[in-house]
Amino acid sequence: MSFLRKSVNLMGSVARRQQHLKVIGGATAARDFSSKPSDDYANFPGAKAPFVSKLNLIQPEDYAPIPIYRVMDQDGYIADESQDPQLGREVVEKMFRDMVLLNTMDKILYESQRQGRISFYMTNFGEEASHIGSAAALEMRDLIYGQYREAGVLVWRGFRIDQFIDQCYGNTDDLGRGKQMPVHYGSRELNFVTISSPLSTQMPQAVGAAYAMKLRPDNDACVVCYFGEGAASEGDAHAAFNFAATLGCPTILFCRNNGFAISTPSHEQYKGDGIAGRGPMGYGITTIRVDGTDVFAVYNAMKAAREYVLKENKPVVFEALAYRVGHHSTSDDSTAYRPAEEIEIWNSVEHPISKLKRYMVHKGWFDETVENEYVKDIRKKVLKQIAVSEKKLKPNWREMFEGVYAEMPDHLIEQRSELEKHIEAHKEHYPLKNFEK
Amino acid sequence: MLRTRLIQAASSAQRAFSTSQKALAAKQMTVRDALNSALDDELARDDRVFILGEEVAQYDGAYKVSRGLWKKYGDKRVIDTPITEMGFAGIAVGAAMAGLRPVCEFMTWNFSMQAIDHIINSAAKTFYMSAGAVNVPIVFRGPNGAASGVAAQHSQCFAAWYAHCPGLKVLSPYDAEDARGLLKSAIRDPDPVVFLENELVYGTAFPVADNVADKDFLVPIGKAKIMRPGKDITLVAHSKAVETSLLAAAELAKKGIEAEVINLRSIRPLDTATIFASVRKTHHLVTVENGWPQHGVGAEICARIMEDQTFFELDAPVWRCAGVDVPMPYAKTLEAHALPRVQDLVEATLKVLGGKVGKAAAANK
Repeated sequence: MSFLRKSVNLMGSVARRQQHLKVIGGATAARDFSSKPSDDYANFPGAKAPFVSKLNLIQPEDYAPIPIYRVMDQDGYIADESQDPQLGREVVEKMFRDMVLLNTMDKILYESQRQGRISFYMTNFGEEASHIGSAAALEMRDLIYGQYREAGVLVWRGFRIDQFIDQCYGNTDDLGRGKQMPVHYGSRELNFVTISSPLSTQMPQAVGAAYAMKLRPDNDACVVCYFGEGAASEGDAHAAFNFAATLGCPTILFCRNNGFAISTPSHEQYKGDGIAGRGPMGYGITTIRVDGTDVFAVYNAMKAAREYVLKENKPVVFEALAYRVGHHSTSDDSTAYRPAEEIEIWNSVEHPISKLKRYMVHKGWFDETVENEYVKDIRKKVLKQIAVSEKKLKPNWREMFEGVYAEMPDHLIEQRSELEKHIEAHKEHYPLKNFEK
Repeated sequence: MLRTRLIQAASSAQRAFSTSQKALAAKQMTVRDALNSALDDELARDDRVFILGEEVAQYDGAYKVSRGLWKKYGDKRVIDTPITEMGFAGIAVGAAMAGLRPVCEFMTWNFSMQAIDHIINSAAKTFYMSAGAVNVPIVFRGPNGAASGVAAQHSQCFAAWYAHCPGLKVLSPYDAEDARGLLKSAIRDPDPVVFLENELVYGTAFPVADNVADKDFLVPIGKAKIMRPGKDITLVAHSKAVETSLLAAAELAKKGIEAEVINLRSIRPLDTATIFASVRKTHHLVTVENGWPQHGVGAEICARIMEDQTFFELDAPVWRCAGVDVPMPYAKTLEAHALPRVQDLVEATLKVLGGKVGKAAAANK
């Protein structure tokens, strides 16, 4: 309970007793204790706690906020050398370049939506470190349930530029076969569950998937569920937290707290201590809160969280604090509800890419010319890919009947054959050349 | 929610009923035992199968459908959950996505409205929207439709609601054979299945053939069953309305009218072939359901007939017998009148047959 700012009177004896229990050793001691209720200690099935005779309304202010773990400061210096993850130059360069790739691709695809080339897009600006730092600490066998703003996790896992752009264009090489809006990526190969639009439904599902993993003999994989602080207001979030705790599921509930749920700022979203504040006391879940703009902090914390969930078969609540630099989506203009100067700070000195760049500069790992070339090269690749993806054929139109059931039922087979006949009879009216034969 | 009250109603509704002449000779099985043994078989057959829901484990299920299974299979296969339909339906969908085969019990389907986003937006659509990458082999099951004395919020039929949605399969068993065979098929099916039971028949013992108890006894999804053949009129029904139809057919027989009774078993996919063939024979049709009429199962059958050549086989317009278009009244007498009764079916049949009633009777004499 290191986050207690001060001991309120009624908490005093709990703290003392817990200290005592710790000394004599863990859960067994607690059980022994509860079977022998003493005068000042209650033994209700719903709670074991001391009785007090002084009335006291516990205030939120009685608790100090959960501190934010940080490895690297704004200027890219590591405050406590023991916390340096000691990653080699190659790994750090991949982290940096993946963040740059994501950032560059986002800028161009955002523009391409503005030009009417794709219907929708969501950028990841400002959250690159939480994606890359967390993905780097995981194993490929760990299953990812994303919300929709986790493209960086896919970048780290090797989803290629052409795969991203083909998905946004819904062409014949789109793994989703053109059945979803842009940014609803999914990849079985990369253990990334296809994004689903309804908010927070991924949360109990991720917990369910973690439960399934736990049942496997010698399980060595966990489930990571990403969600925003706004999504955490949905009832699904409560269910996910509660089930993860009660069923003991190896899952990391990763909250990307970027300060905004579309236009709703976090101070209107909740009154408690963020999402981390709900973990230990609210749901009895081990919790960590980190600076989401510090790729090393996210990396270290994620490594520890992964180790913990697999060793203990218990969940972890992980809150990464950052700032959503971009608009919510292409359907939003965030300057209507926040000052441009505020955005600018988070887009410069506080930007995760700038921080990692400064670290690399101190290390002597940063060559301005090489990196500028890299950005140019990525821009070129993305633009070229857009031109290619735009021209690719759409999936065969017959596919619209597929995937409703594992085996196509008769009424759909019938409809498909009617459509085939219709198109055969009126093919001059249909843009058949745009579709795969 | 009136959970305790529901359970009391269930036990008071247990009464033996059989429409078969051979009832005494044949082996008997209650619907509860049929469901319980189907779950037991499938838990034993496939270790990916597990049951979750409120009170399904230690308490043996609110309606005792999972009786003994927790003791037999343990905490990992039969799981009691906190009270959140949205939560455990989501957990079940996730587990199915990850390769398990959950059987998710709703204490009643009325509570599934809390979880409907998971059933429709997630379970029914994920296979399509992931372009076949993620399938959701899951069974959502529980008692559906009007029970007895539990008022409007606990007396709804969800057949039409879920049958509206592509991606789902919707089953509505009537007797023990249906319950056992269809539940086993549902658990083995690769797609999400909505399995609508009827609490009022849980305790009813039905005669069953010997093979129904076989480990691999399956009833195919998407096929209706002719419960009683007849040549004068077709009564098509599902769930407990099959019972009403059989009783009406017995009444009609006294008047010299031979009604064919079809038990739909599966609402989606709908076995139109069996309905059409019957109508081509009888040229008259009455649909029977305990759900509301608008956009109901009967309405769908009418539409399908009009879209088919079978329409020209009809000698009279189709008549729908459905639940009254109001929230279910709590008063006992009103409740009984809000659902199609035997005499309603008899009257509907006589009206549909019109002047031909006497002729049919005369011909049978």
